[in-house]
Amino acid sequence: MIPAPFDYERAESVEHALSLLAEREDAKLLAGGHSLLPLLRLRAVRPSLLVDVGRIEGLAYVRDAGAAIAIGALTRHHDLARSPLLQEHNPLVSRAAGLVGDPQVRHRGTIGGSLAHGDPASDLPAVLLALDGEVDVAGPDGVRTVAARDFFLGPFQTAVGQREMVTEVRVPKLTGDHVWSYLKFRRRAQDWATVGVAALARRSDGGVAEPAIALVNMGATPLRAVAAEAAWAAGEDPGALAAEGTEPPSDTNGSAEYRRHLAQVLVRRAVAEAAAR
Amino acid sequence: MSAQTEVALGRIIGAPVQRKEDGKLLQGQALWVDDMHVPGTVYLGVVRSPYAHARIVEVDVAPALAHAGVVAAWSGADLAEEWAGSLPCAWLPTEDTRAPEHKPLAVDKARYAGDAVAVVAATSRAAAEDAAELVEVEYEPLPAVVDPEAALADGAPLVHDELGTNRCYTWSLEAGEVDRLFAEAAVTVSQRYRQNRLVPNAMEPRAVFVQTVPATGEYTIWSTTQVPHILRLTLSGVLGIPEAKLRVVAPDVGGGFGSKLDVYAEEALALAVARRLGRPVRWTETRSEGYLSTIHGRDQIQEIELAATAEGRITAVRVRLLASMGAYLQLVTPGIPLLGARLYAGAYDVQGYSFRCDGVFTNTVPTDAYRGAGRPEATYAIERAVDALARAVGKDPVEIRRLNFIREFPATIASGLTIDSGDYEALLDRLLEHVDLPAFRGRQEARREAGDPKRLGIGFSTYVEMCGLAPSRILGASRYGAGGWDTATIRCLPTGTVQVVTGTSPHGQGHETAWAQIVADRLGYELDEIEVLHGDTAVAPLGMDTYGSRSLAVGGVALYYAAERIVEKARTLAAYRLGVDESEIEYVRGRFAGPDGSLTLKELALSAWTAHDLPEGMEPGLEASYVYDPPNFSWPAGAHAAIVEVDTETGAVELERYVAVDDVGVVVNPTIVDGQVHGGLAQGVAQALYEEAVYDDAGNLLTANMATYLVPSAAELPRFELDRLETPSPTNPLGVKGVGETGAIAAPAAVMNAIADALAADGVTDLDMPATPERVWRALREARR
Repeated sequence: MIPAPFDYERAESVEHALSLLAEREDAKLLAGGHSLLPLLRLRAVRPSLLVDVGRIEGLAYVRDAGAAIAIGALTRHHDLARSPLLQEHNPLVSRAAGLVGDPQVRHRGTIGGSLAHGDPASDLPAVLLALDGEVDVAGPDGVRTVAARDFFLGPFQTAVGQREMVTEVRVPKLTGDHVWSYLKFRRRAQDWATVGVAALARRSDGGVAEPAIALVNMGATPLRAVAAEAAWAAGEDPGALAAEGTEPPSDTNGSAEYRRHLAQVLVRRAVAEAAAR
Repeated sequence: MSAQTEVALGRIIGAPVQRKEDGKLLQGQALWVDDMHVPGTVYLGVVRSPYAHARIVEVDVAPALAHAGVVAAWSGADLAEEWAGSLPCAWLPTEDTRAPEHKPLAVDKARYAGDAVAVVAATSRAAAEDAAELVEVEYEPLPAVVDPEAALADGAPLVHDELGTNRCYTWSLEAGEVDRLFAEAAVTVSQRYRQNRLVPNAMEPRAVFVQTVPATGEYTIWSTTQVPHILRLTLSGVLGIPEAKLRVVAPDVGGGFGSKLDVYAEEALALAVARRLGRPVRWTETRSEGYLSTIHGRDQIQEIELAATAEGRITAVRVRLLASMGAYLQLVTPGIPLLGARLYAGAYDVQGYSFRCDGVFTNTVPTDAYRGAGRPEATYAIERAVDALARAVGKDPVEIRRLNFIREFPATIASGLTIDSGDYEALLDRLLEHVDLPAFRGRQEARREAGDPKRLGIGFSTYVEMCGLAPSRILGASRYGAGGWDTATIRCLPTGTVQVVTGTSPHGQGHETAWAQIVADRLGYELDEIEVLHGDTAVAPLGMDTYGSRSLAVGGVALYYAAERIVEKARTLAAYRLGVDESEIEYVRGRFAGPDGSLTLKELALSAWTAHDLPEGMEPGLEASYVYDPPNFSWPAGAHAAIVEVDTETGAVELERYVAVDDVGVVVNPTIVDGQVHGGLAQGVAQALYEEAVYDDAGNLLTANMATYLVPSAAELPRFELDRLETPSPTNPLGVKGVGETGAIAAPAAVMNAIADALAADGVTDLDMPATPERVWRALREARR
């Protein structure tokens, strides 16, 4: 429970952070620390340098950016949950952020850290995927924008390179026609989801259009339940197809078989809850 | 209401006095072992086996020695000559119980994942942990055995080769004509239950700090222990250091639940290293390390059979237990299942009783006392089996309990013990005032008829337990290695305050408050005039420490009698000073009144201290001690109900309500008692729904941290609804019983019976703890096939 030795630098700006990252191959960014610190303490990761970006000014915000809501990478989960802008324009994000961990985690953890960490059991990656959001990633060659569908590459692997950092996340503004739900099944309030489901669609002619269903902890990355989305749009039972194409893990919270079943139940319930909204 | 007013009203015992301990605990002013900072301290890093079972081929500490800050490093072989004896087991239940050698560092084999094989001493904790990683241990992995049934199978890997078997002991008890009663029974039920393995998870991790005076060979051992007195005498044996050279201090200790009722390898190691280096030594467990090195609880397989009449009147109980000892015997490991051995008939009147327990070694962390120790197991088995019997004879769980309750007290039960007092039906009646059973059944039925996938269920647990350990002669007959008495000293100080020294060792129970209430009640002091000292072998008289809900019923009663002795002596002095006969003195709480005048106890204490004018032959000072050995255990009982909602689609169980009506005898402080019940219930609910130490077949602990071992938080628990009846214990003058474990004893059965009630119509009544969503879902799926 004591980390292996490491050096520590506090970054004053994004540029400073990037230059520190460039110094060492195995440097790691530290933001809220609530994913990284447990791994450090278990000595599961042993970076030689921690670059603390937590005090860089101007990276914690929720802003109206026209068609989208722009969120600074250092915005804490608690602030996402309480943001009036998000509550008005994208309540799916604030709802999911309010279910991350426990209050202590929500007051420390950041959206940029959560996305860059790429834990398939985390809430916000699946929400971003359902929303087709985008992420700004700053690196030595400037800032590039990565679509959510291209962002998550594998377990704890994302499009963010070793010398890069997330600076901003953008999610679309939802309209009054949108219906949504976020369901998180977990053993205890503060736990990661055994399975989670983000469901989003637009009401259209008595049915729905542009259905999006994203799954938490059903594979190596957050996943879109494509077959279930099609069934939803077609007015059929999306639950039956919810586990199609997934490769859920087996652990002490549930076997893969149980998770597949759970995904079916939760997708059915999420779609029903969305429809009732 | 001020303590003064309470005293005036004569209600200081029973008053909800705020705990004296809370201020410092809540404001971070407590003194924990890990707070001790002394220059020159070395910190220990312990190297632990990653294998559940492996031969230790070679240990090379050289790479660790080369690390900056490292003072020394040793393998088990290097330290072998430090040990005068094994780590102690104080309870070998039979003459032929196999007690394998257990040295603080393993030498030939590692026998569980976490077994300590080497130790590093360094000038900082970080250096010690870094260097411990560098110790190179060559292992030859061996097949491991984790399951207690598999451990008894032919050809199973042997945990201790030299024993030739994994069987530790077999203990049995037979009373009444059990075979005939079963043969003649109109109805029998036979059930098999699994007691999940549990990790105690005290809030404060274990720690030890040893200071030494090399010139005199004296050592002070600061430990997060529940048992400073036991630790002193046993460490003396492990290290070969005379007891008089050892002082053990338990400063503020943050919970134990039985896990700190033990003598651990690290305590012996710290002492050995202090002796070798002549320097202060500290070790503090990390939370993850605790999962692999602090004792676990339960891990038993239970088979219980009931013989009954066609109406459901139980005539006999037959129990077979298989109890996992883990890899070694810790302080009371083999005795734990036997603490419940005589309680498997529960609160019910039966004629025949048969019990047998086999203790078995496995390649797992040793088991030992965990909140309830033996009684939760017994209560769970009988309370679930009674529900199975109710289903078999078509009766309601309430009816079947009423039909079988013990009704006359004191009650000598079939297993041979005598229950002091109780009124089990009154407890159940009170419970049903809180739970409107017909209304609940209506709600339950309506859900079912509506096809709601979320079913409702109610479960009952009407328990009786024995605590207040214990009459020494019974402990002796059980082959326990010590007595069950406890001690108290009261010293009236010249300035009007009083010093109380107790042999109990609180670690969260609030003895400083409750003991002060007893003294205030007997001697008339204000609560803040009373100092309660404990947990230091240099200060406290020989005591038997704190475990098994014994402190109030034994140590508290010792205090009562010590107070009586104070009053006795003060009365003699008062009569002398007032010039009257002792028989003319009336004593009312701190004041001795004669026909023409009175003196307070405080005035008498001062004159006893100055000793200027005492009756001929009277010793100066006003001080008294008492050692109390209880004539019987004490027998708390209660009626609990749990109401659950079970989601049949996901398998999730939500505890909607929990109502506990307890009879713990006379209550000294209802706030403390409520807190004890809350904590016990939380741990009982945790056993039923959340917690389980899971090993894979190779002996890896899969739930070795707080992310995977699910200790529930307040968010998972309902607002507990508590009520009480008071049947004073007739065996002690305070009428007290004990309350530390009742919740953990009663709750698992109530919750599991509620789940079975919810799912009975779906065909699911057998379900093991913890009732995880997946387990519930699988059981439902199986039933539908």
